[in-house]
Amino acid sequence: MSAGTNQTGGTGSGLVKWIDSRLPVFSYMQKEYAEFEAPRNFNWFWNFGAILTFMLVLMIMTGIFLAMQYTPDTGLAFDSVERIMRDVNFGWLLRYLHANGATFFFIAVYIHMFRGMYYGSYKGPRELLWMLGVVILLLLMATAFMGYVLPWGQMSFWGATVITNLFSAIPLVGDSIVTLLWGGFSVDNPTLNRFFALHYLFPFLIFGVVILHVIALHVTGSNNPLGVDPKGPQDTVPFHPYYTMKDSVGLAVFVTIMAAFVFFAPNFFGEPENYLEAAPLVTPAHIVPEWYFLPFFAILRSIDFNIWFVDAKLAGVLAMFGAIGVLFILPWLDKSPVRSAKFRPMYKWFFWILLLDCIILGYVGGKPTDDPVFAGAEWFKIIHLGYITTFWYFFHFLILLPLLGIFERPKPLPKSISEAVLGGGTSGSAATAKPMEKA
Amino acid sequence: MGIVCNLRRAAAATGLITAAALISTSAFAAGDAKEVEDQDWHFEGIFGTVDKASAQRGLQVYLEVCAGCHSLKQVAYRNLADLGFTEAEIKAIAAEYEVTDGPNDEGEMFQRAAILADAFVSPFPNNEAAQASNNGALPPDLSLQVKAHAGGADYIYALLSGYADAPAGTDVPNGLNYNPFFPGSFIAMPPPLAEDGVEYSDGTKASIEQMAWDVVSFMQWTAEPEMEQRKKMGFKVVLFLIILSAILYAAKRKMWSNLDH
Amino acid sequence: MSDDTQDHDGSRRDFLYLSAGAFGAVGLGAALWPFISSMNPSADVLALSTTEVDLSQIADGQRVTVKWQGKPVFIDRRTPKAISEAESTDLADLRDPQSDADRVIQPEWLVVVGVCTHLGCVPKGQKPSEQRGDWGGWFCPCHSSHYDTSGRIRKGPAPLNLPVPPYEFLNDTNIKIG
Repeated sequence: MSAGTNQTGGTGSGLVKWIDSRLPVFSYMQKEYAEFEAPRNFNWFWNFGAILTFMLVLMIMTGIFLAMQYTPDTGLAFDSVERIMRDVNFGWLLRYLHANGATFFFIAVYIHMFRGMYYGSYKGPRELLWMLGVVILLLLMATAFMGYVLPWGQMSFWGATVITNLFSAIPLVGDSIVTLLWGGFSVDNPTLNRFFALHYLFPFLIFGVVILHVIALHVTGSNNPLGVDPKGPQDTVPFHPYYTMKDSVGLAVFVTIMAAFVFFAPNFFGEPENYLEAAPLVTPAHIVPEWYFLPFFAILRSIDFNIWFVDAKLAGVLAMFGAIGVLFILPWLDKSPVRSAKFRPMYKWFFWILLLDCIILGYVGGKPTDDPVFAGAEWFKIIHLGYITTFWYFFHFLILLPLLGIFERPKPLPKSISEAVLGGGTSGSAATAKPMEKA
Repeated sequence: MGIVCNLRRAAAATGLITAAALISTSAFAAGDAKEVEDQDWHFEGIFGTVDKASAQRGLQVYLEVCAGCHSLKQVAYRNLADLGFTEAEIKAIAAEYEVTDGPNDEGEMFQRAAILADAFVSPFPNNEAAQASNNGALPPDLSLQVKAHAGGADYIYALLSGYADAPAGTDVPNGLNYNPFFPGSFIAMPPPLAEDGVEYSDGTKASIEQMAWDVVSFMQWTAEPEMEQRKKMGFKVVLFLIILSAILYAAKRKMWSNLDH
Repeated sequence: MSDDTQDHDGSRRDFLYLSAGAFGAVGLGAALWPFISSMNPSADVLALSTTEVDLSQIADGQRVTVKWQGKPVFIDRRTPKAISEAESTDLADLRDPQSDADRVIQPEWLVVVGVCTHLGCVPKGQKPSEQRGDWGGWFCPCHSSHYDTSGRIRKGPAPLNLPVPPYEFLNDTNIKIG
């Protein structure tokens, strides 16, 4: 199906042949990105891998050019960012691209993850692919956390203070770890400096894990909306030009939306308080992380009670990291042999409920715990809503999914992709036989 | 159940996400502060620009009223060219302020008149001096205030024009002033603006609302000097991207129409 | 297999791909410009690209050093003797022939960049206590280049005269360098 390793067809001109016979980059690209057979029925949610790759490149490029102008010293950082905004040619553009880029990176990452959860892309044989993805998510979260500290605004400082303080919850070594992280007795210059160094480094680690992620993907091949393996060439199309073309459409639309924010509402996703320079002696009224951390922040705050011998602070930290931990073991929590939610009527409902739950968790994370949820009912507070949504999150993964694997009766699967795409179909629901491709 | 049903759900989810983003990113109303009124600023909207005349008056308000306590460190005198001042005019404004420079050849610091390249001279050498002069309260630097508060320009305008007598029975703590828009209602800054407090060089009547309006226009510019360039570029970029997306989509459909359906 | 996409169906399809590619390429090029431009001198650096100097405090025969674009600039309020020596030099004696008239706007004021054209040291001669070299101008201690009262190289390894920066008289007592 795919071309042999000899240069056939186009990869033939002199220089290309010379390089390729010594270092087969061209034939590798030809095999893995041009001829690579991909299921023909991808929907638009499959665009987000390419979008994420673009976002990573964009963030690295804007980051490097920002780093040329930024000074990681507590006395100079805030002013250096303002200098970028005011005096550096197109500095405001670089800064807003980078800040909004982070937001859109997470938008894309969450869509990409939820796609995986809906269509069972985490199931065998793609377990390792999924876990590498969770590693990327963790690295991304660390990168974003450290990056937000660099402008040295009020939220930069206080967010860093709150989150680094959490590590003191670790028994025995907690305080030593925090001192090690800080490089001092509080978040201060050593902290800022090392966060800058690491923030510069981590994206390249992410890049490396992304390469592993894509290699793993190419070993198993891509999943598809039906969750049914391709049976032959009638089920697939070569990645180039079909998906290179389709990905560029999705990318263009995504970038258009991002540009609208960058140019016309560049501070929409940000926290105004971060335009005040960090003041270690003045705590802001409300310390909130960036929106993409709000669900995790909500889970952290929801555990405000001791669990057995584990005190509330530690329990909250464990729950927060546990929320990502359950993602790691997802392939083993959900043992249903059916991949796609299309054929799992019960799972499908719970998927949407989980999504709603995550959105509400985000809302909870952004509000003071003591506020009432609805103006009329003072007794039902944000913290209570936090309890419910946190509980449901873990219930979904740890209880529901394993049970569904046992008790759910899935719908019959189509025999193949092309059969479903090209019409005809299995006995029963004609719905499964609708063409997936809405060209 | 079918694609259409899922599409609806996807749309609903998107709507929810957007709503959630809007809710969670909006300011948690700072305690009991009064609701800020929405104003119609010249700089609002996709095509909004800085009202230069208003901003020039605002500069006058800043220099004559605010600069006694508030610094404007992020702005340099040379930036005033954006507001329509000539180089000679800016030089004249700057020359009224003194900057510490040095060390000279004898190793001493000395005073000299400010030049275009200098940042606006601060009223105090450091935060501690500012606090000492203001009963422990620190008058914040004004460069970024419009961006630093949820409510932005509307909030600053409301605050400046919103000083009022405390409601009957309210105890105003010593040294503080009642302002319903300030979180907690008691602000250290006494009402800065008074009717005709400034004599505008263009003859505009200097009511409190007018001065508040002008100084906020000025502060919007100090916070976002790149705004006009950003919006102009944004219009071209987004238009380009919309067209590019359309062309790419058409090309994609053409290409995919090859395949048997 | 993948070659089947190249239907020679007609120019309409190719035109679409062509315009898509062209648009994309234009966009990409335009997108790269801000990155490159950001590396050019920023507004605050450019603001310091000119320096104004008040000459009214400089006495007859006095020399003053100012900083311009990070480099020292020598301002010499020349005595009549220094001026006549500079003007009466035979150009054939000069390694880098330049008449004094070509190097000043007003003969009383010499403005040169104080960086030796040999290897970049700052020549001595600004302070009364320093050596001025054999021609009464400046003397570079690094490799003994001698400059005359017009800042021209006379002896030593330097190949060129001390450069005259762009400057203008704003009025009788102020010059703007750069």
